[in-house]
Amino acid sequence: MSSANWTTGFLNQLIATAITVEQISLPSTTLWQIESNHWQQFAKLAKQQSVRWVAGWAEHVEDRFFVNACFEKQGVYVLSRTIVHVAKPELPSQAGVYPAANRSERHTQDMFGIHFTDHPDNRRWTRHQAWSKHDYPLRKDFSVQGEPKAVTPPDMDYPFVKAHGQGVYEIPVGPVHAGIIEPGHFRFQAVGELILNLEERLGYVHKGIEKIAEGRTPTQLARLAGRVSGDTTVGHSWAACRAMELAAGITIPPRAALIRGILAERERVANHLGDMGAICNDVAFVFAQMQFTRLRELWLRTHTTVFGHRLLMDLIVPGGVACDLSNASCALIKQEIALFRRDLSEVVPVVDLNSSLEDRLYTAGYLSQETAAAFGTLGYVGLSSGQDFDVRRDAPYPPYDQVTFKVALEDQCDIASRFWVRYKQIISALKLIEQFMAKLETGDLLTEWQTPPTGSEALGIVEGWRGEITTYIRFDADNKIARFYPRDPSILNWPALEKLTLNNIVPDFPVCNKSLNGSYSGNDL
Amino acid sequence: MLQLIKKILKTGIVTENYKAPKDDELESLGIQIKRHIDKKFSGSIAIRQVDAGSCNGCELEIHALNNPYYDIERFGIHFVASPRHADVLLVTGPVSRHMQTALLRTYEATPNPKWVVAVGDCAACGGEFGVSYASCGAVSNVIPVDVVIAGCPPTPLALMQGLLGLINK
Repeated sequence: MSSANWTTGFLNQLIATAITVEQISLPSTTLWQIESNHWQQFAKLAKQQSVRWVAGWAEHVEDRFFVNACFEKQGVYVLSRTIVHVAKPELPSQAGVYPAANRSERHTQDMFGIHFTDHPDNRRWTRHQAWSKHDYPLRKDFSVQGEPKAVTPPDMDYPFVKAHGQGVYEIPVGPVHAGIIEPGHFRFQAVGELILNLEERLGYVHKGIEKIAEGRTPTQLARLAGRVSGDTTVGHSWAACRAMELAAGITIPPRAALIRGILAERERVANHLGDMGAICNDVAFVFAQMQFTRLRELWLRTHTTVFGHRLLMDLIVPGGVACDLSNASCALIKQEIALFRRDLSEVVPVVDLNSSLEDRLYTAGYLSQETAAAFGTLGYVGLSSGQDFDVRRDAPYPPYDQVTFKVALEDQCDIASRFWVRYKQIISALKLIEQFMAKLETGDLLTEWQTPPTGSEALGIVEGWRGEITTYIRFDADNKIARFYPRDPSILNWPALEKLTLNNIVPDFPVCNKSLNGSYSGNDL
Repeated sequence: MLQLIKKILKTGIVTENYKAPKDDELESLGIQIKRHIDKKFSGSIAIRQVDAGSCNGCELEIHALNNPYYDIERFGIHFVASPRHADVLLVTGPVSRHMQTALLRTYEATPNPKWVVAVGDCAACGGEFGVSYASCGAVSNVIPVDVVIAGCPPTPLALMQGLLGLINK
C-alpha cells in the first residue's frame, strides 16, 4: 500500500537520526512514543516530509504529563507522544517548525503549566483573568469549581503587538461585536483604511469544556460534544462518538452510519447557505442574503419534520443514532432536494453575474497557498487555497467508504473562492444525501454499548462542515471519560484570518471574517 | 449600465416570485406583539444581542428571526449594534467568566428603562456547562433577568413568544 509508505520511510529516517520510537497500536491509528528532547527534531523531520501538523494537546496522568501531537499525510494519521514529569514540565516547542502548533501549545501551557522552550510567542492565550498564572485548570489537582473571584476582572494588559509611525492608528474591536455574533477581540493597526496588522485575542467563551468532560458517561459526553460549537453539533458529536466507539471496539450498524452521513451533509448544506448569504450581505448584496436565509429556513424546517430538531442536536449517540428515516421521510427529502436544486439554479446565476459582487469578492482576503499550508488550514478555507484534503475522501470512514465524490478545489485563494467552494460542497452534499438514502436498508440503529477497558484511547476524525475535526478520547475506569479534546477546524483556520486580512481595507474586514467563519466557541473550548 | 438595470429588474422579479407562507401561528403572534409594541413602546423596541458564552446555537436561531419567513422587523422589533441604543438585552450562553465584565459593562451601557431576556437553556440555568472555574452559569447569576426563553436552542417561534411575554409584563 502506497499510503502506508510514508510512515515506514519516516520511521527509518527517525531511527537513522537516533530518535528512538516506541510503537504502540491504537484503534485506527498508530501511536509513536518518543523522548521529550527529540520533540522538536521530530517535527523538523516531519516537516521535511511535508507531513501535516493536525492537533496538539496534553493530559495529566499521575505525576506525568502526556504531550501529544497528531500528524497526517496521504490520509494516514500518526499520533506522537512524549512524557514529561510534573516536577520539570518542559519540552522543546514545535511551533517554530509548524506555525499551526503555536496556539495549541499556548493553550497547553495555560491549561497544564507545561513550558515549551523556544516557543516563538509564549504569551498567554486561553487564560484571561479567571484563574491565576500559577493555576492550571487541566491538572488533576485543580478542582472543577476553581477559586473564581466574585467578578472576574477584564483582561486589561494583554501585550498586543504595537505599531508606531506617522498616521498609524489602532482599532480595538470587541469582545462584544456589533451584530448577532460570538465574542472575541480584534486589534487592528491601520493607516487610512489599509490594515497593516490584525491580531486576534480569543478565549472569551472558554467554558471549561475539557475539564467538565472528565468523569462523564459516553452519553453525557456526546451531549457535551454536540455543544462544542452549536453550528457543528453533528460534526462534533460524530467525532466524539467515533472516538468512543473505536476505544470501546464497537462497530455501528450500517443503517446508523448512513443516517449519520445524511445528518452531516444536511448540516453542511445548512451552514453553507447561511455563510453564502452572509458573505453577500457583508458587501451589501441583500438579495442573496434574503434568498439564502430563505432556503436555509426551508432546509431547517425539514430537519424539524424529519428529525425533530432544527439544528440536529443529540441525534448522534454512542453506538449509533437516536433517529430513524422512514420511507416517507426519504421521499420528502428527495422532493425537497429537487425543489432546492431548482431554487438554487435561479438564485446562483444572479449572484454569479453580479459585477459589484465580483468587484468586492475577487482578490479580496487573499490567502496564499504557502500560508494556508503553513497554518494547516482546513475545509473550505484550505480548499480555496489549494489545500487538497478532505477526510471523507482521504481517510474515509463509514458511510463515506461506500461512495465516491469529487472534492471541490479552488486556487484563486480569495473570498470568491471560499464562496464557490461552499457552493460546490452543497452540490456534492446533495448527491451524497441521495446516495446514502439509496443505500438505506432495514436494520438496527444502535449497537449495544460495551464498557471499554480502563485507559483505552482513540482518535475520532471526521469531516465537519468547516473541515477536519480531530477528537481525542481516553477512558477511565467504569465507563467514565478521563480526557476529551476536540480540535475544531477553527483552531487551525483562525490564524489564517490574521494573514488574509493584511492589505485589505478595514471596511472589508467583516466579509473577510465571514469568508473564514471560524467558531469562537470551538476555539475557546 | 443597461445591463445593470436589467439585472436589477430581473433580480426584483426573482424576489417577488418567492412568497412567504401564511403561517397562522406566526402571523397572530406577530400581530399581538405589534399591538403591544405600538401601545407601550411607540411602535418599536430595539434589541441588543449579547453572546456571553454560548455555543453559537442560540445565535443561529436569533439570526433566523431576520429571515424572510419571520422578518421580525415588521412587528417593530429590530436589532441594534450598540447597547446604548437598546431597550432590551438578549443574552445567550452560560456567562463565561471571561465575558463577565463585558456583560456587566454592556448592561451598564444600556439606558433605563431596560429589560434583560435570557435566551436558551444555558442562559436560563447554565445548561450543559453549569457553574465552574470558567463559567458563571445562568445569566441571572450576573445581571438581573426579566424573562427567560428556554430551549436548546429555542426555535424562532419560541423566541417570538418569549418576547411577547416580556412585552406583556
